[in-house]
Amino acid sequence: MAIVTLQNVTYKYPLTEAPVLQNVNLQINEGEFVAVIGPNGAGKSTLCYTLAGFVPHFFKGELTGTVEVAGVETHQSSLNEWVLNVGLAFQNPFNQISGAKYTVFEEIAFGLENIGVPREEMKPRVEKALALTGISDLADRSPYSLSGGQQQRVALTSILVMEPKVLVLDEPTSQMDPIGTREVFGVIRTMAERGMTVVLAEHKVEWIAAFADRVVALKDGQVLLDGKPGEVLTSPLLEEAGFGISRYTSTARKARELGLWKKDQLPITLEEAVEGFSLTSSPSPKERGE
Amino acid sequence: MKINIENLRFTYPTGLEALRGISLTIASGEQVAIVGQNGAGKTTLVKHLNGLLQPTQGSVHIGDWDTRQHPVSKLAARVGYVFQNPDEQLFSRNVGMEVAFGPKNLGYPAEKVDALVKDALALTELSDKTETNPYDLSSTWRKMVALASIISMDTDIVILDEPTTGQDAVNVRRIAHVIAALRERGKTVITITHDIDFCAENFERVIAMSQGQILLDGPANEVLGQEAVLATTYVDPPQLTRLGLRLGLKETVRNQAEFLTAIRK
Repeated sequence: MAIVTLQNVTYKYPLTEAPVLQNVNLQINEGEFVAVIGPNGAGKSTLCYTLAGFVPHFFKGELTGTVEVAGVETHQSSLNEWVLNVGLAFQNPFNQISGAKYTVFEEIAFGLENIGVPREEMKPRVEKALALTGISDLADRSPYSLSGGQQQRVALTSILVMEPKVLVLDEPTSQMDPIGTREVFGVIRTMAERGMTVVLAEHKVEWIAAFADRVVALKDGQVLLDGKPGEVLTSPLLEEAGFGISRYTSTARKARELGLWKKDQLPITLEEAVEGFSLTSSPSPKERGE
Repeated sequence: MKINIENLRFTYPTGLEALRGISLTIASGEQVAIVGQNGAGKTTLVKHLNGLLQPTQGSVHIGDWDTRQHPVSKLAARVGYVFQNPDEQLFSRNVGMEVAFGPKNLGYPAEKVDALVKDALALTELSDKTETNPYDLSSTWRKMVALASIISMDTDIVILDEPTTGQDAVNVRRIAHVIAALRERGKTVITITHDIDFCAENFERVIAMSQGQILLDGPANEVLGQEAVLATTYVDPPQLTRLGLRLGLKETVRNQAEFLTAIRK
């Protein structure tokens, strides 16, 4: 069942000339894990803002077409109602942290306070969320004393604690080291497995290949490709359009030109690359003279 | 200009010992990548190179200068530092002024400043944006402004802190192109990065740090192939290196050309 439906969505910020999203049609089913890829300026963040209702409620500007999440249409609801259904973790955690709270614990509780969750329910929910993202030990620190990667975890936690139906993440690991990235992707996958719908704007293709159910490629505000990771991430259109692709895919494509990749399908993960190149590196029965 | 670090230890006022005995020599014109988990001491180490931090013990020499005996303002003529987040670095009304600020501050004559600015803008593909306010540019182009404003100071040593964070594939290529140009000019480039594929494709020497110490230091192929040691500082080898290891290739490979050559053997 569709939980997100965008129909002919075109959007222009108040001070920009050209639309940032152009005639976007997108339907996302409940429980799907959708990755959004695209060069900088393709409209990934704007799409995230649109799903989260910040467009148009906060940024104003001109939105045409319809945006519907969990049965509610943006134009017919206020941002206050919208946040109950959709949570957005910003690309830059600095823009998200309230600045009104002295500790990480209070920061995580901030959203729950705003929607009037009773105190006795709030405390266990915050503790559970902190444990989930592995930052229980930061609970008493000031959000501003943390590193970029730690702030990103706080930003993610403050959204998870709200238990939104749709989780929208804008490059949630951009400031993290590889281990932090792996842990956060683990958390996101857990949420997806529990049935939360996840929309993730991301450059890290290797993680998308491993986790996402579906990939939407945006270019100049338009949907260029939309399909399974194995189809979208191996499309020759991506490299031409300036998208980052995995070294497994680009190397196998080059190898195919040289006759060194024998399969029809190009790889997107290490496992697929190992499997395909094993055919090359071990001689075929014919070559062994059998 | 040679960099010589001897038994460097650094303890923050909080008592945290961030560097625990670093000895390191970087020759003039080397391209070095520093990798390792958050908190390994990478940024603390490079902040010693331009005097932003002073050793608690040991010494840091930039050429013939001991960093303890020269102020940051003088070291700035030898070591340029590009911040991870360009927004912490940019403040001028337009790109041209931003890029001219550094060389002007070093006291260079007007003609030299003009020439340096022009060159830095051309290298970073910003020549058509001199009149633009940096904050009207996308984060991609702001990164290039931050780079240009350091390149224009024409320092022998350039430090890049996480240059590819949040950048798309096109801009990562642009940044790689700038690094290649600096190499041709004989500049020393030291880059902190989590982007291990970028590291593999653009640097000849790799230093892996962990808990304030140097874990590995050597030619990129040697360091990046040591999967088990790198794992202790939470670094995965580059994608093609991992693929080569899994396929049992004899040599460690780190880029497409090396991989395709090795697989034909």
